[in-house]
Amino acid sequence: MTASTAKSVYRKGVRDGAPFLLMALPFATFFGVAASEAGLQLAQIIGFSLLVIAGAAQFAALQMMIDNAAIALVLLAALAVNLRMAMYSAALVPHLGAAPFWQRALVAYINFDQSYMQSMIEYEERPELTPTQKGWYFMGVASLIAPTWVIATIAGALVGQSIPPEYALDFVVPIMFMAMVGPMLKSLAHVAAAFTSCAVALALLGLPSGMGLIIAAFCAMAVGAAVETWMERA
Amino acid sequence: MNYSSAEIWLIIALLAVGTYLIRFSFLGLIGDRPMPPLVLKLLRFTPVAVLPGMVAPLALFPDATGGETEPVRLASILVVLAVSWWRKNALWGILAGIAVLYAGLIATGQL
Repeated sequence: MTASTAKSVYRKGVRDGAPFLLMALPFATFFGVAASEAGLQLAQIIGFSLLVIAGAAQFAALQMMIDNAAIALVLLAALAVNLRMAMYSAALVPHLGAAPFWQRALVAYINFDQSYMQSMIEYEERPELTPTQKGWYFMGVASLIAPTWVIATIAGALVGQSIPPEYALDFVVPIMFMAMVGPMLKSLAHVAAAFTSCAVALALLGLPSGMGLIIAAFCAMAVGAAVETWMERA
Repeated sequence: MNYSSAEIWLIIALLAVGTYLIRFSFLGLIGDRPMPPLVLKLLRFTPVAVLPGMVAPLALFPDATGGETEPVRLASILVVLAVSWWRKNALWGILAGIAVLYAGLIATGQL
C-alpha cells in the first residue's frame, strides 16, 4: 500500500464523518451544560468528554451522580450503557483484526456509534480495502467528531453556568436519553425491553439510588432476548 | 451531588478505563473467536434496557418540582419519544421536545 492511498482513504473518512458533527455538536454541548448544572468543575467535565468520550454513558453516569448513587452503581449503569460497544469491537475484527496494533488500539478509543456505523457501511461497499486502509478510514471518520465532542463540551460547560434554573436545564438529561431511545425501538422485542425497563424501574424506586435501575436493566435485557427468540420461532 | 473531588476523578478514571477495555476487547485481546449467541442477543438490548428505566422516574417525578408530576415536562418527554421514533433520529426528537418544553413553560407562566 502506498502512502497516497492511505491518505486518500483517510480523507474520504473525514468527508464521510463530517455530517455526524450535526449530531455530536449539540449532544456534547448539552453534556457540558448538564454537567455544570450538576455541579461538576470544568476540569472534571473535560475529563469526562476527553477520557470516557461516550455520550450516552456520560449522561448515564451524570444522572446517577446527581442522584448520589454509590460509586459502584454509577460505574455499573454507565458501563452497562457502553456494553453494546463490545459488539462493535467484535464486529470490527474481520475488518481490522489484521491491522497494526497501534491502529487497533487507537480505533478502540474512537469507537463510537457514528464512527463504527459509517465505517461498517464503507467496509461493506469497498471490500478491496486492506486492513490498514480500513483503519485509516475509521480514523478519518472519527477525526472531526472526537475534537468537536471535547470542544463543544467545554463550550456547554462555560455557557451552562450562566443560565438560571427557570430554563429547566435539569430536564436536558431526560430529553437526551429519550431521544436516544426512540430510534432504537426497531422491533417488538426492543419495545418490550424498553417497557419492562420503565415498569421495573418505577416499581423499584424505593430501593437505594441506582439499584432499581440495574435490576430493571437485567429484567429488560432478558425480556428483550426472550421476545426476540419467541418471534424467531413464530 | 455530594462526592468529593477525588471520588469524582475516581469515577471518571474507572469509567474511562472500563469504556476503553469494552471497546478494545475483541479487537485487541479476544481475537476472532465468536461469542455465544445468547450473550450477543442480550448485549444488543443493553441501551434500550438501561435508558428508559432512567428516564421514566425523571419524567414522572422531576427533581425541579420536588418530585411532583408536572404536565409540561411529561408532555415534552412524550413528544421526544414520538418524534425520535418517527424520524428515526435523536436530534429531531430533542428539538421537538425542547420546543414543547419551552412553549409549555411559557404558556403556564413558569418562564
